[in-house]
Amino acid sequence: MTMAASNSLLELRKCTMRFGGLTAVSALDLEIGRNELIGLIGPNGAGKTTVFNLITGVYQPTEGSIDFESASIVGRKAYNITEHGIARTFQNIRLFPSLSVFDNVRVAFHLHLLSGLSHALVRGSGFLREEREISEKVMELLKIFRLDGHADVEAKSLPYGDQRRLEIVRALATRPKLLLLDEPAAGMNPTEKVELMNLIRFIQDQFKLSVLLVEHDMKVVMGICQRVAVLDYGQKIAEGTPEEIRCNPKVIEAYLGETNA
Amino acid sequence: MRPTGGHLLLAGGLVGSYLLNLASDRIDGYWLHIITLVGINVILAVSLNLINGYTGQFSLGHAGFMAIGAYTAAAITMFGGPKLLPLLGGSGSAMAVGMLFLMALVAGGIVASIAGVVVGGPSLRLKGDYLAIVTLGFGEIISVIFRNIESLGGALGLNGIPLYTNLFWTFGFGVVTIYTVLALVHSTYGRGFIAVHDDEIAAEAMGINTTRYKITAFVIGAFFAGIGGGLFAHQISAIDPRGFTFMRSIEIVVFVILGGMGNTVGVILAAVLLTILTEYLRGIGEWRMLMYSFLLIVLMLTRPQGLFRWRSGRRVKSAATPTVS
Repeated sequence: MTMAASNSLLELRKCTMRFGGLTAVSALDLEIGRNELIGLIGPNGAGKTTVFNLITGVYQPTEGSIDFESASIVGRKAYNITEHGIARTFQNIRLFPSLSVFDNVRVAFHLHLLSGLSHALVRGSGFLREEREISEKVMELLKIFRLDGHADVEAKSLPYGDQRRLEIVRALATRPKLLLLDEPAAGMNPTEKVELMNLIRFIQDQFKLSVLLVEHDMKVVMGICQRVAVLDYGQKIAEGTPEEIRCNPKVIEAYLGETNA
Repeated sequence: MRPTGGHLLLAGGLVGSYLLNLASDRIDGYWLHIITLVGINVILAVSLNLINGYTGQFSLGHAGFMAIGAYTAAAITMFGGPKLLPLLGGSGSAMAVGMLFLMALVAGGIVASIAGVVVGGPSLRLKGDYLAIVTLGFGEIISVIFRNIESLGGALGLNGIPLYTNLFWTFGFGVVTIYTVLALVHSTYGRGFIAVHDDEIAAEAMGINTTRYKITAFVIGAFFAGIGGGLFAHQISAIDPRGFTFMRSIEIVVFVILGGMGNTVGVILAAVLLTILTEYLRGIGEWRMLMYSFLLIVLMLTRPQGLFRWRSGRRVKSAATPTVS
């Protein structure tokens, strides 16, 4: 599956990540187009989260290149990569627990602030206007995701499913072009998973962004992704549409063992 | 520009400090001294709260910043005063003295905040206990440096610093410190400090330059610690390196912990209460430190979240209300 270069948003070429003697990701090629929803699957320890950490600047690849909008992002700091338009959620939820739901999202808006420290001290009319605008935008976002009723609640006291949703809302507030979701369905019941699938489709559509979804749950991945890449022991063993992946013998082997193939 | 509640608080506080100062003749000298100490301790506690409380970078070096401010300001008024006062309008003029003192205090704050950048640097790599130890070392180094600078009195310190500190300067700067910290934290920009405190990795992922925020917290905190030091020097007229050691830093940290990390009102109350308590316990001599330590243990056991944290009420109430949109 090749794409025109102009359409490519993120491009990993021959990306390798070694931790001492362990090769977590090996010569990975991955391309994500604009407004595309891609799934990244693989058994435990296949290197999925490492791929996330490479893209978001937590790790620097041992070899290979990562280009975002045709510019290399290797060596950039995590906050800088977010500035460029890549936002993420975490496998184990990482909200700001002592901040309110409202402030969790508000903090994420700071990237698009015109006013800084000095404005916050002077509190002139421009600053106050901007703060009001941000408040409105935060509430708008919270409303879309039905979290506005909990705006003043401390994030840590939200129910689990709401925390997951809030993490997505917070990532959206940075106005990303690419959203990375790390096992968003973890710990959800079947009804919640269906809701989550609708939510992800809605986000891709409404916010006009690309999504890279790391997920264990096959139903979720096969249900919404346009393309799926399969990792095993750090190597990409298959890539294609959900149908192609489902009957790929290598994938079946990796997931179910040889005897079942 | 329309004034906000914050602006009114700032203006009201400054006017209040001015009026309070006018009445200071009627206050008994002993109490005047204690009230001034209260004001200085509030400045120190509130500024440390930005670093330790809101930003979550546990610093034990506040006395070091205070020492830098104290020595810088004292050197300016003592050695620079005789030359500068005539230029500012004569040594007899209250205006000239005021301007000299303001300059000296701000200079002390600026030098301290430069030191804040230096200490803030290592804090990029260090967390928790490790940062605490580095800042502790910094405070001790500052104390040793001043002990060895002969022109600043060496181990004897500086004597005969003019007694410029009064209630206006103390409480005026107290109000400015409180306003600065509150105004910062109550802004979208300033929520970043709390985000850094809560989860650095998540903060970075949200585009927050955590390094920059930490250094900013150190610079602002150190600036006001420097101001506090300058006020202190011009209050007691004699400073020496032993006054700014580890114990002084601990004292300020105790204000912050007892008041509740990241709770400005609580920290102010703790600074006020503990300063008065310390003076009050002076009457029982050696038993004082024992009592003080005992109280700390009891308080930490019974209220580890700080004496004055009452915010949780709101949380429980709204969490119980289901979403109705």
